[in-house]
Amino acid sequence: MGIEEKLPAGFLLTTVEQVAGYMRKSSVWPATFGLACCAIEMMAVGTPDYDIARFGMERFSATPRQADLMIVAGRVSQKMAPVVRQVYDQMPEPKWVISMGVCASSGGMFNNYAIVQGVDHIIPVDVYLPGCPPRPEMLLNAIITLHEQIQNSKLGVNRVAAARAAEEAALAATPTHQMKGLLA
Amino acid sequence: MTNPYVPLLFLLAIGGGFAVFSVFAASIAGPKRYNRAKLDAYECGIEPTPQAAGGGRVPIKYYLTAMLFIIFDIESVFLYPFAVAFNQLGLFALVEMVLFIITVFVAYAYVWRRGGLEWD
Repeated sequence: MGIEEKLPAGFLLTTVEQVAGYMRKSSVWPATFGLACCAIEMMAVGTPDYDIARFGMERFSATPRQADLMIVAGRVSQKMAPVVRQVYDQMPEPKWVISMGVCASSGGMFNNYAIVQGVDHIIPVDVYLPGCPPRPEMLLNAIITLHEQIQNSKLGVNRVAAARAAEEAALAATPTHQMKGLLA
Repeated sequence: MTNPYVPLLFLLAIGGGFAVFSVFAASIAGPKRYNRAKLDAYECGIEPTPQAAGGGRVPIKYYLTAMLFIIFDIESVFLYPFAVAFNQLGLFALVEMVLFIITVFVAYAYVWRRGGLEWD
């Protein structure tokens, strides 16, 4: 039924958004989806040096049924792509995705026919994290960014309005190939 | 409270009640966004192996092995008290038991020669 999606807009909805956002970000359970070298850095984040346990996230779950966050750590080959999609589909809502490293974000150094050029060809990504591999502190920064996103995520009618606003902003923004940066 | 274990019963009731409440509340307050993959079995991301119709066929040799075990196990159950009380029992009991074993042995010989002890 999704009671939180049916609340009327107003003070109650914003309060519920704050509370639900805080509760959701406080115990995100990542799914073990380390594919390649970035998985080593993901393991390092679990060590006491960098300590992902301070966010309550030390419980990496091998089964997607109990996972909230899918950290795609490593290059995704064409053979692995349907597996990524199936595991993402099997995660219950609410779920988020961090694409860790350049290979998951855009294909990285592997600009060829065997590697999917960016895992966002397959699943929707919330936070992109560049690096080859990103240091554990960078992964923690991405996780903190995701926590802020989760805290501020909207529910119900606010979510519909935010989605419409994001679509209009994306239609009006400069396309990627027009972004000249400092050359213009 | 006379019995010191009564608080444990309360704790059990609270724990069980919390579990039931969680399931009930989740079924009411949770969103229902189903897709086909969520209802499938989890098999490390690949399509799950299709199950045979009717649960698949179990080979009959398992039943045969189990039945033979039961029969000869009951025979050995009769042999154990005989072995324990062997000194007090006389010649009559020995002859009785030999006749019993011969009777079961006929069944054993039949199974052996008919191929019931072959696994494949």
